[in-house]
Amino acid sequence: MGAGDALIHARGLVKTFGTLRAVDGIDFDVQKGEAFGFLGPNGAGKSSTMRMIGCVSPVTAGSLSILGLDPAHDGPRIRARLGVVPQLDTLDNELTVRENVIIYGRYFGLSRRELRGRADELLEFVQLSERANDPVEPLSGGMKRRLTIARSLVNEPEVLLLDEPTTGLDPQARHAVWDRLFRLKQQGVTLVLTTHYMDEAEQLCDRLVIMDRGKIAEEGSPLELIRRLSSREVVELRFTGEAPAIQSDAFDGHVSRVEVLPDRILLYTEDGDALVPVAHERLRPQSVLVRRSTLEDVFLRLTGRTLVD
Amino acid sequence: MEARAEPLVPGTGQLRFPLRAYEYWIASYRRVWRGSVVSSLLNPVLYLTALGVGLGKLVNKGSHPLGVSYVSYVAPGMLAAVAMQVAAFESSWPVMAAIRWTRQYQAMLATPLRVRDVMAGHMLYVATRVAGASAIYLAVLAAFGTLHSALAALVLPLSVLIGLAFSAPIAAIAAWAPKDNVLSSLFRFGIMPLFLFSGTFFPLTRLPVALRYLAYGTPLWHGVDLARQLTLGTATLGMSVVHVAFLLAFAGIGVALALRSYTRTLVR
Repeated sequence: MGAGDALIHARGLVKTFGTLRAVDGIDFDVQKGEAFGFLGPNGAGKSSTMRMIGCVSPVTAGSLSILGLDPAHDGPRIRARLGVVPQLDTLDNELTVRENVIIYGRYFGLSRRELRGRADELLEFVQLSERANDPVEPLSGGMKRRLTIARSLVNEPEVLLLDEPTTGLDPQARHAVWDRLFRLKQQGVTLVLTTHYMDEAEQLCDRLVIMDRGKIAEEGSPLELIRRLSSREVVELRFTGEAPAIQSDAFDGHVSRVEVLPDRILLYTEDGDALVPVAHERLRPQSVLVRRSTLEDVFLRLTGRTLVD
Repeated sequence: MEARAEPLVPGTGQLRFPLRAYEYWIASYRRVWRGSVVSSLLNPVLYLTALGVGLGKLVNKGSHPLGVSYVSYVAPGMLAAVAMQVAAFESSWPVMAAIRWTRQYQAMLATPLRVRDVMAGHMLYVATRVAGASAIYLAVLAAFGTLHSALAALVLPLSVLIGLAFSAPIAAIAAWAPKDNVLSSLFRFGIMPLFLFSGTFFPLTRLPVALRYLAYGTPLWHGVDLARQLTLGTATLGMSVVHVAFLLAFAGIGVALALRSYTRTLVR
């Protein structure tokens, strides 16, 4: 698909802060209706990229078009059609839950009459109707994040940008947020999100790019990336004391790759269960775990580092 | 909702964008307005009583060396000073907070609002606060019998101008400042001395020449002098133009600096 069809189109996109090249020449396209992710560790340049897409940070070099428009000239027009869930909440703690939605809607020039109904709908959608008239300050992190999502939808955006939407939330809150985002996906809203959680990327994204140190390392759907860049399963071994040196070819071809991490050793294989007794016998590990490959393993393969330090 | 698809028609009704930001500050103020109205009323009553009636009795002893009673001398100076103080308070910590702690500016900038709309919206709010405090002050001035001319009505728009002359450059500083002790220093070494030495309490002719000319270069003295000329009915067209021009220049340069400062901090 060419630039003409893509909702967001970037070629050679660069962002520098002084001598720091936060985004170092990246290309990507986001199609209408898809959930697109930027997966990478902290400092990869994901937030800088999101801020450029959100037309709040000027592009240093390269081309970027959103909804067919140029952010350098049409920033306000583009922002009118975007929804933004920033990494750090921008709620007003002194106003009520409902007031936060309404005042945000007013920034878009929506009428008060329209906003009254809309605020109720949105609070219903994020399941905060009961707290509508409470001040924001005492709400939990998960509720504040859901309120931010409600706000971000007030202008019925064509594209929703989410920067690390579940960072800092407990597991229950994370699942609540994912549930709402999944609903939005079903309604046809284009989602663009950044995350350093591989489970989030796997659950939500139709397609993603793996970003590290300002560059894009790989691109594809979660399944495709795992299939292409990792084995089907992984056997994790932990040892008391010194771990033995392991050669991947010591397992009759069953192990395609070995990764040595500070706290465990990973054996990449197509059939983990078959490998377990062999590993037990030859290596005498303290504990053995068999699991599916994840995007974390893909990232490890590409960069030699884990997503979360 | 067609409103969202077409927020900008260049040239027509540009004020509506700052007004959207302005609404936020008003919504925020609604929670605390009662307290500030009470203090806006108490402040002039207490000061004018202590300085005018109390201190005034000592100053006025014998002839009237100032040409008028001390309370009539000090009252317009106080009003101009309050315009400065309200503007300074509202343009310092709240601006820094909106950038660094509450991130309300960032919330606004994620929408069709531009930096100039966000800045103007906040300044409109500061102007509203200054106008409100000054209106109350002026009413108290009238009650104390210190208004000796119909020209005194012009003191209200004058105080808004004084407010703007301070609000803009202070907002420029607050948007740039890395830590809030910069703001404390601004008040300690800037606002406080201005308050005391701009002809508010005593004529500048009492000061050594060097300090006098320093004061002439600050907006508060111009505001104080013009306010006094209006309430006492001694205003001349020539001096009024000079004072207003000075305040406008300060405000204009302040706005340009503030826009630069806001943009550098918020658009990175």
